[in-house]
Amino acid sequence: MLLDTRQSLETPEGALLPLTPAGFGVRVLAQLLDVLIRYGIVIVIFIVLSLLGKMGTGIALILAFLLEWFYPVYFEVSRQGRTPGKKWMGIRVVNDDGTPITFGPSLLRNLLRFVDFLPMLYLTGIIASLCNRQFKRLGDLAAGTMVIYEAPPAREPSFEVRGQLPVPADFSTDEQRALLAFAERSKYLSAERQSELATILLPVIGSKDPVIAIKQMANTMVGKQ
Amino acid sequence: MKQGQFEQLYQPLWHVMEREIIELEKPDGRLKGNELASFASRYRRLCHFHALAKDRHYSSHLVDKLGDLVVRGHQQLYRRKQPFMQQFTSFIVAGFPRLVREQQRYIWWATALLYVPGLLMFLAILWQPDLVYTVTAPEQVSSFESMYDPENRTLGSARESDTNVEMFGFYISNNISVAFRTFASGILFGVGSIFFLVYNGLLMGAVAGHLTNAEFTQTFFTFVVGHGSFELTAICIAGAAGLKLGYALLAPGNLTRKESLRRAGVIAIKLVYGVIIMLVIAAFIEAFWSSNNILMPWQKYLVGGFLWAVVIGYLVFSGRGLRGERGQG
Repeated sequence: MLLDTRQSLETPEGALLPLTPAGFGVRVLAQLLDVLIRYGIVIVIFIVLSLLGKMGTGIALILAFLLEWFYPVYFEVSRQGRTPGKKWMGIRVVNDDGTPITFGPSLLRNLLRFVDFLPMLYLTGIIASLCNRQFKRLGDLAAGTMVIYEAPPAREPSFEVRGQLPVPADFSTDEQRALLAFAERSKYLSAERQSELATILLPVIGSKDPVIAIKQMANTMVGKQ
Repeated sequence: MKQGQFEQLYQPLWHVMEREIIELEKPDGRLKGNELASFASRYRRLCHFHALAKDRHYSSHLVDKLGDLVVRGHQQLYRRKQPFMQQFTSFIVAGFPRLVREQQRYIWWATALLYVPGLLMFLAILWQPDLVYTVTAPEQVSSFESMYDPENRTLGSARESDTNVEMFGFYISNNISVAFRTFASGILFGVGSIFFLVYNGLLMGAVAGHLTNAEFTQTFFTFVVGHGSFELTAICIAGAAGLKLGYALLAPGNLTRKESLRRAGVIAIKLVYGVIIMLVIAAFIEAFWSSNNILMPWQKYLVGGFLWAVVIGYLVFSGRGLRGERGQG
């Protein structure tokens, strides 16, 4: 978990919104993808419309202009902050209060992209994003927006163990989360590493095989048999 | 209450909630009637359940699931959707000119930064013709010369309609991009906007001065007088919006620089909306009217003067006296 960059935002209802700002690495990749898509479209437009002669060139110029400045605006506003590149990288733009971005802020942050790009390859934007905790480039600072990681979609967990075991009643929510996270991650760990980690909990759980015990508790938590 | 009981009792509510949120998240999804009316109160109950589940140490799986729904519900409930057309008309009729008057301090500065260097350059070139090469390359100068040479009929009535469309596309993409850059670079403490305004002013003055020396005045001024009203004013406003951003960073007053910039951004972007509209009009005039050489010069000057009066009159008078002159903007 990216505990260090996670931020909580309190809503009027008193709930805490967890937002994880996205750093420049993933955003550069998303931008790269968007640029490729955009240029792909522009090339196709010019090839097709050049068949129409000068009038076609005029229309192509307008379309290329629209794509250059309004491609991100269109997708951010109509697709809840996701351009195709961002969607692919699992990030999106939101207003500072966590709500989907609207037209004004989106236009502003994308016009200021020009400055963030200066002097080359988004150097200004990268430096700016390293100077604040939400990784905002200048456009984000002016528009009051931020780029966050998409919350991963709730998946159907399976822990390869059957049976349930009650979770000790004095486990806090975060401690339960740790158990669940262990059970979910166990497929990426070797059996030895699993038992090494699970043995730490042996005094608290008091079971013969703590690995299986933890996975059974995880089953209980997600309501599986 | 045990978690199992809790889930059994209230699960239907969060299932309904989940379905509604998924519907709202679609690009043009919407709720109707009763569902819409009770969405907010259902959302509040969901927040309540989430808090209860957390407080009672129910399994983290349930807490996180509810938490996820709360986040997504929040985004839908608090998103700002506005009727576009109605706002658009009221912005054109009153909002934009009012905003320009409210921000006239920046507009005057931007205007001065464009026209004063331009005028100085113009006079300097009348006095020392070679100065034109300080701001433009020789090839550019000769291309301007051939463009406005009265002997040269490419500008004239011989131009066909599809060339007009081509030039329209070129003016749109070129001029609006220039305006966007003039605006955006203002965030660099105003330096970028100042640079673009002064540079464009010098270029304008240089071309005008050089063509006056070459005695192409008639072709040049009849060409620019029409669309200049919209185009030059729009560039000034774009520069002014950029200066506003820069000034907000330089002198944030009692606010933090970040907050000051954000507030200036809200106003500046509205000025940019107006700039875009004005430049589309300018490109239209430039492509389909200014290039037309069938008309007599006096007709061109007459219409050009009329357009200048329209632009200035619009910015100075439109939206005055209507309700809420001070209220919004």
